[in-house]
Amino acid sequence: MSAGDLLHTVTNDNLSAQRVALGRWLVRGSAAILVLVAAAQGAQVAGLRDFGFANWRPTLYAYALWSVCLCWGQVLMRGEQGKRVLFVLPAVLFVLSMAVLPLIFGLGIAFSDWNLASPTGRKFNGLANLAQMWADPFYWNALKNMVWYVLAILPEYAIAFALALLLNAEIRARKFFRVAFLLPLMLSPVAVSWMVGKSMMEIRFGPLARLARWAGWDSPSFFGSPEMARFMIMAMDAWTFIPFMMIMILAGLQAIPREVQEAARVDGASGWRGFWEVTFPLMLPVSLTAILIRIIFKLKLADIIINVTAGGPGGATDSVTSFIFREYRDRSNVGYGTLLAMVYLVLIVIAMTILMKLADRWMRPKY
Amino acid sequence: MAAQIFHDAEVDLAHRARWWSGRVAVYGALAFWALICLFPIYWTVTTSFKMAPDVMKGNMIPFWDYTPKWLGWRSLGLSPDTIGAQSTVRDEFLKRFMNSVITSVSASGLAVILGSLAAYGLSRFSYRFGFMRNSDISFFFLSQLILPPVVLALPFLVLYKELALLDTRIGLVLLYTLTVLPIVIWIMRDQFAGIPTELEEAALVDGLSIWGAFATIVMPIALPGMVAAFILSLVLTWNEYFFAALLTSTHANTLPVMVASQTGSQGISWWSMAALSFAAILPLIVIGVALERFIIKGMAAGAVK
Repeated sequence: MSAGDLLHTVTNDNLSAQRVALGRWLVRGSAAILVLVAAAQGAQVAGLRDFGFANWRPTLYAYALWSVCLCWGQVLMRGEQGKRVLFVLPAVLFVLSMAVLPLIFGLGIAFSDWNLASPTGRKFNGLANLAQMWADPFYWNALKNMVWYVLAILPEYAIAFALALLLNAEIRARKFFRVAFLLPLMLSPVAVSWMVGKSMMEIRFGPLARLARWAGWDSPSFFGSPEMARFMIMAMDAWTFIPFMMIMILAGLQAIPREVQEAARVDGASGWRGFWEVTFPLMLPVSLTAILIRIIFKLKLADIIINVTAGGPGGATDSVTSFIFREYRDRSNVGYGTLLAMVYLVLIVIAMTILMKLADRWMRPKY
Repeated sequence: MAAQIFHDAEVDLAHRARWWSGRVAVYGALAFWALICLFPIYWTVTTSFKMAPDVMKGNMIPFWDYTPKWLGWRSLGLSPDTIGAQSTVRDEFLKRFMNSVITSVSASGLAVILGSLAAYGLSRFSYRFGFMRNSDISFFFLSQLILPPVVLALPFLVLYKELALLDTRIGLVLLYTLTVLPIVIWIMRDQFAGIPTELEEAALVDGLSIWGAFATIVMPIALPGMVAAFILSLVLTWNEYFFAALLTSTHANTLPVMVASQTGSQGISWWSMAALSFAAILPLIVIGVALERFIIKGMAAGAVK
């Protein structure tokens, strides 16, 4: 029994030696099966001997068997303690095998020249991909665009905050407005990019184009110039994700006790000043959380770009994800694409660590 | 009639005018944003009932400046006159629809099960896996949120090819589970932290095992949180496009992929596009309207401590 448990239990485990042995045998046996099957498949791939495997599925099944036996074995071998481990172990195993292993595998791919379409297969090419990346203006352009896209979160945040304040005010039909404001988040980005990006912004008949013409823009073209196209992508992405920040901020607003604002009003801080000096500082932690999560989601931005502009005009709207997607679609070079993604991941981890450190510093109360 | 004796003072009248203008501004802003949110949905619905000339003229109000036709829905085999007949298009659509339902529901379900168990364990016991303590394990789970899909996409493409999991629903389910797991754990950790441990202690004293206490005492209390996590996962997985576009081709396509690949040889037929888009977003609109409470609860979970 380890110290620090929130939930204390006192159980006397009478684990028979047989039971412990069975557990140990299960784990070891299944591990042996896994190793055997994997070795056999490896031998077949290496051309040593043909076992008649069509694909790597047998190894996958052996791995699944081993995972189950490992979980079961915990309970058999360690009794009560094992039952506790059983809460976390499946998720840990799942994430390890679905995220960590592929990442390590991806590192191997990243330093190789591997065209899935060509029969030659994988060729290790060292740092050649890195050199190619260094000289690839489109990748740097995509990274630069990502900075723009992330910066667009600030106006999104301002709008979301304003909407949350509106919803938090004393209004009628609050439920209707809350549902209406939430709906864009529920819509599939692909449907949005077709019905909004392509249909509503269609130059001839789209209602937005007509609105623009009515407002005095003679030949509206939403995706003609690079700046305009980028702005439109930002606007559509903002449209779908503003509800997300809005809900978080609204929850924060509702958690502020009413007395605080009343006290501020008694002290003479009303309206604008009351907001800036009381509400906004109180909302700082929630705001930072919302913005950080929004940044994480923004870094995955791709669906709308792939479907509306496909990165055009001239790569002006490319996000890193959509660029790699196209890079793979056009040349089916897995190696180079993976390297680009890995570099992106490293940049993200560095940037997010710095941001979280900064956020942590800001959130710490000063007084 | 005698002259009114008690008047509102000038100051009060001015105050009321300000109050009224404030109301008008608030409701104006609300109505404006509601219009922005709802118009694209309205546009999608109405476009699905238009014919080519109506689309080209940009008619907007049905029965007033154009007569609704079933053209868009007929192209999906879902209009009243085709609904009874055999239709390959409809079969195709239903297949994609079922793919979407199966992948998103099972991925969300799996994520909620795995995530709830892990979150419960982390909120109640202290673990040591090698050097990793509870906070490290939590961070390990939550850090997956930062992982952009594109990093995993190509390695998975190769792995799935070797494992014969390309273009299968199970492959998509596994990946989707991975993408929503951190969110589920984040929401559920918060939920379990709010449940007092005394409840389980009482249950343990009464002779239940840990798992028994979890299933009979804790789960029912945390159920709203689990529903919230499930629905949020459902929204994310239903709308997922990137992995589906890369990893599926003919058998396991989901609806977003079908929507995205609807460009015909003679341009886009907007009416069928609109019908298809609307069919793709309708389930989530229904969920959004009916279960809005849970969605908000789920998203607010991490925001407020």
